[in-house]
Amino acid sequence: MADMRTPLNKVRGLGSARGGTEHFWRQRLTAVSNIPLMLFFFGFVAVYAGAPYEEVRAALAQPVVALLIGLAFISVLYHMRLGMQVIIEDYVHDEGWKIALIILNTFFPIVVGAIALYALLRIAFGG
Amino acid sequence: MSKSTIQARPLSPHLQIYRFTPTMAMSIAHRITGGALYFGTLLFALWLLAAAGSLEQFDFVNGLFGSIIGRIVIFGYSWVLIHHMLGGIRHLIWDTVHGLEKETSRRLAIANLVGSILLTLVIWVAAWAIRGGL
Repeated sequence: MADMRTPLNKVRGLGSARGGTEHFWRQRLTAVSNIPLMLFFFGFVAVYAGAPYEEVRAALAQPVVALLIGLAFISVLYHMRLGMQVIIEDYVHDEGWKIALIILNTFFPIVVGAIALYALLRIAFGG
Repeated sequence: MSKSTIQARPLSPHLQIYRFTPTMAMSIAHRITGGALYFGTLLFALWLLAAAGSLEQFDFVNGLFGSIIGRIVIFGYSWVLIHHMLGGIRHLIWDTVHGLEKETSRRLAIANLVGSILLTLVIWVAAWAIRGGL
């Protein structure tokens, strides 16, 4: 069937992937939230690196600390998934590999997030 | 895909044809640091998991992170994080259509590198001071 639409017309509006600027926007949004959250997390790790068990647990059990670190993980994991997706799309040209890696790129941040949030909640609620 | 989209079109030349510039170096560094940070998140999730576990589990992970290699990895990770963060701030500035001039972007690229080293050292020294005061 002859396609009468021009290439330009196909990508207008939401673009060929129908996603519009969502990816771009969420990358920026999480970039902004990452700045204070990761500065806090970096500071926390720098202060508590090498500290004894009880001291680290007591620090992580504080509500503000647990919430900020939890938010830092959520923000960073979302941000890095978007970034890695672009890297995969730029360098992996084989369709099969591309789809497999895009799927793994969704699983990996979720697994890391699950581990981090489980650990934070367990410490916070004294498990 | 229709024929109209696959006709021969001019392509931009690849990386090696360009003269090396600070902006180019920091652009490449931004992507590499982002990729490294991606995988490193697992290390910190495991550190939290160890803290949520038993004393033995925590001491084992703490021992790994406290080794010479562990310290180098964590210090390196922190520098890579700050480098990517400052690079990201540079991108946010560019999003407002500022700092795109040749000389300004060149200075921003150099500031990205120098600033990342300085800021990383400042945070570690500050943390050291706080810990010393505990």
